[in-house]
Amino acid sequence: MAENIMLDLRNIHKSFFIGTPNEFEVLHGLNFSVNKGEFVSIVGQSGSGKSTLMNIIGALDRPTAGEYTLDGVDIEKAKDHELSALRNKKIGFVFQTYNLIARTTALKNVELPMMYAGMGRVERTERAKMLLEQVEMTDRMLHKPDELSGGQKQRVAIARAMANDPAIILADEPTGALDSATGRLIMDIFHRLHEEQGKTIVLITHSPELSQETQRIITLKDGSIIGESTGNWNGLKEKEGA
Amino acid sequence: MLFTENVLVALAGLKANIMRSLLTMLGIIIGIASVIAIMTVGNSITLIVNSTMQGLGANNLQVGVMQKSTDDKDDKDDSGMNYGSGYVREMRDEDKISKDMLLSFKEEFSDDVKYILIDESVDDYYSPSKVTENGKTAKTRIVGYNRDYMEFNDKEILAGRGFIQQDFTEGKAVCMVSDKLVDRLYKGNKDAVLGKEIEVTRPDGSFYDFYVVGVYEYVAEQFTFGESDNPTTELMVPLNCARRINHNLNKGFDYVMVVTSVNTDNNTFVKTVRDYFNVNFYSRNDAYEIAAISMDSMMEKMNTMISMIQVALSVIAGISLVVGGIGVMNIMLVSITERTKEIGTRKALGATNASIRLQFITESVVICVIGGIIGIFFGIGLGMVAVKLMGYDAAVSVSSIVIAVAFSMAIGIFFGYYPANKAAKLNPIDALRYE
Repeated sequence: MAENIMLDLRNIHKSFFIGTPNEFEVLHGLNFSVNKGEFVSIVGQSGSGKSTLMNIIGALDRPTAGEYTLDGVDIEKAKDHELSALRNKKIGFVFQTYNLIARTTALKNVELPMMYAGMGRVERTERAKMLLEQVEMTDRMLHKPDELSGGQKQRVAIARAMANDPAIILADEPTGALDSATGRLIMDIFHRLHEEQGKTIVLITHSPELSQETQRIITLKDGSIIGESTGNWNGLKEKEGA
Repeated sequence: MLFTENVLVALAGLKANIMRSLLTMLGIIIGIASVIAIMTVGNSITLIVNSTMQGLGANNLQVGVMQKSTDDKDDKDDSGMNYGSGYVREMRDEDKISKDMLLSFKEEFSDDVKYILIDESVDDYYSPSKVTENGKTAKTRIVGYNRDYMEFNDKEILAGRGFIQQDFTEGKAVCMVSDKLVDRLYKGNKDAVLGKEIEVTRPDGSFYDFYVVGVYEYVAEQFTFGESDNPTTELMVPLNCARRINHNLNKGFDYVMVVTSVNTDNNTFVKTVRDYFNVNFYSRNDAYEIAAISMDSMMEKMNTMISMIQVALSVIAGISLVVGGIGVMNIMLVSITERTKEIGTRKALGATNASIRLQFITESVVICVIGGIIGIFFGIGLGMVAVKLMGYDAAVSVSSIVIAVAFSMAIGIFFGYYPANKAAKLNPIDALRYE
């Protein structure tokens, strides 16, 4: 396998058993790969199977058949606790509904993945502060999620996704719950992570418009890939210059 | 690390739902409090009983006249006490322990027997006699003691003298009064009463004069009767003096106390004493015999009884702990349902099943231990109040506190395991999707 491939999916099938003999196949043998440092979007209507695909990419679920390799690790063979470790170290999740832990501060939320990774208290607090600074949340880091706006919450969530310096950032409709101005800010953060830090990002969205901002667009329909195209994003600098 | 983090998360959770947390803890609080209170009361009573009996002398044997068993069935326990027999006839003087018996007994076992204590009360506890002087009245009980008793008791004599041989043998009408009585009637002036005759009026109106030879120091008894500032104190007289008043002078004794020497093994000696009296003096007695029991074994029996009652009551109180534990389990199940999405998120961020399980078990243990600690304070308070109301000194049982904390932890783990395991086994996808 090529050195620069970050994730590679080969003939991925996913079926759900809704009582024998009714087998319901959601994904019908998907093939695609994402290179290191690539910003890819997966677009599809609801019911296209993109959530199921996201769960598989995010190591939250195993495919029924096929091979999935993430940063050189075979996912379909991993045990439960190995999947936990994979999610912890290799994947940074950003959810539509932020999914911050209530009752704990923004700082503690960012520390959480590092805590599960076994990092020491002083070290992880320091890193969490650094990450929050990158998303310009330093002044709100001791606030709890219910004291933050949607955009602020999503910025904390992105900082949390970056906690263990993951192989990929997996963003599921990250701007879906935000107004367009705030959504724009969040998208800019992703672009910065991609362009300045070389992060591999997989964006899952139903919006063709949003997907145009990525380098490559994988279009999903009824559990099959029906097309791949390139986006028309020209980089942050050009946009700012314009 | 993970542990302290879990405790902090648990505490934050408790703080966020204070009312709910308190109500959940209530079962544990009540359970632990009642167990601790029962243990405290039981402990205090054990201590008091022991110190009272110790005061009577742990080296003592009680030797008394008992009815013989009428049937062949062995109704006696190992002390020779007879609990189950029918009534043969009333005790006559020849059934009692005579002075001669005691003399030969003491001679036979001079190595083992240090003292033979005999006392005889003229007044009973509830209707004391009175001494009136200078317009004031002090309550007193006339009690006669033999020479051995006075030697053994070794009461502090504050003024004057104790009894001398002549007082005992002749049963002279001499007495020792308490400092309390002197305080009350003579404003504490001991010289005003020493060498004087005082008149003691009995409840039936008869009166007796005694020549005061000494003043002893009154020591409050554990079981006090009457007001503590005006206690009924003893008017100590020679045994024969008291027996003359009771018209018992030439009669035998129902009961004596034997103080053994330090080297004597009371458990075997008690049998020797019984056999000696029964073989030598009671073999031809158709209705009565001698029973002997050591203070040690009585104390042991008493302690076993108290601790049995204690355990039984604690078990009943412990039932409320189980109920409390079920309450904790219930609230944990609710909490896990409420936080399904949080569990899903934690799993997505890399939490293993084990760390989720640990988090929720920690939470349940924290609830139970906090409840337990509050319960301990309540229990100690409750127990102390109860013991004080009974008029004793409270003795908190440290071991029961340790056990209570350990037990509430165990409840937390036991009743927290099922909900925590349920949380750990949640499918991350379902948990994340939960609204």
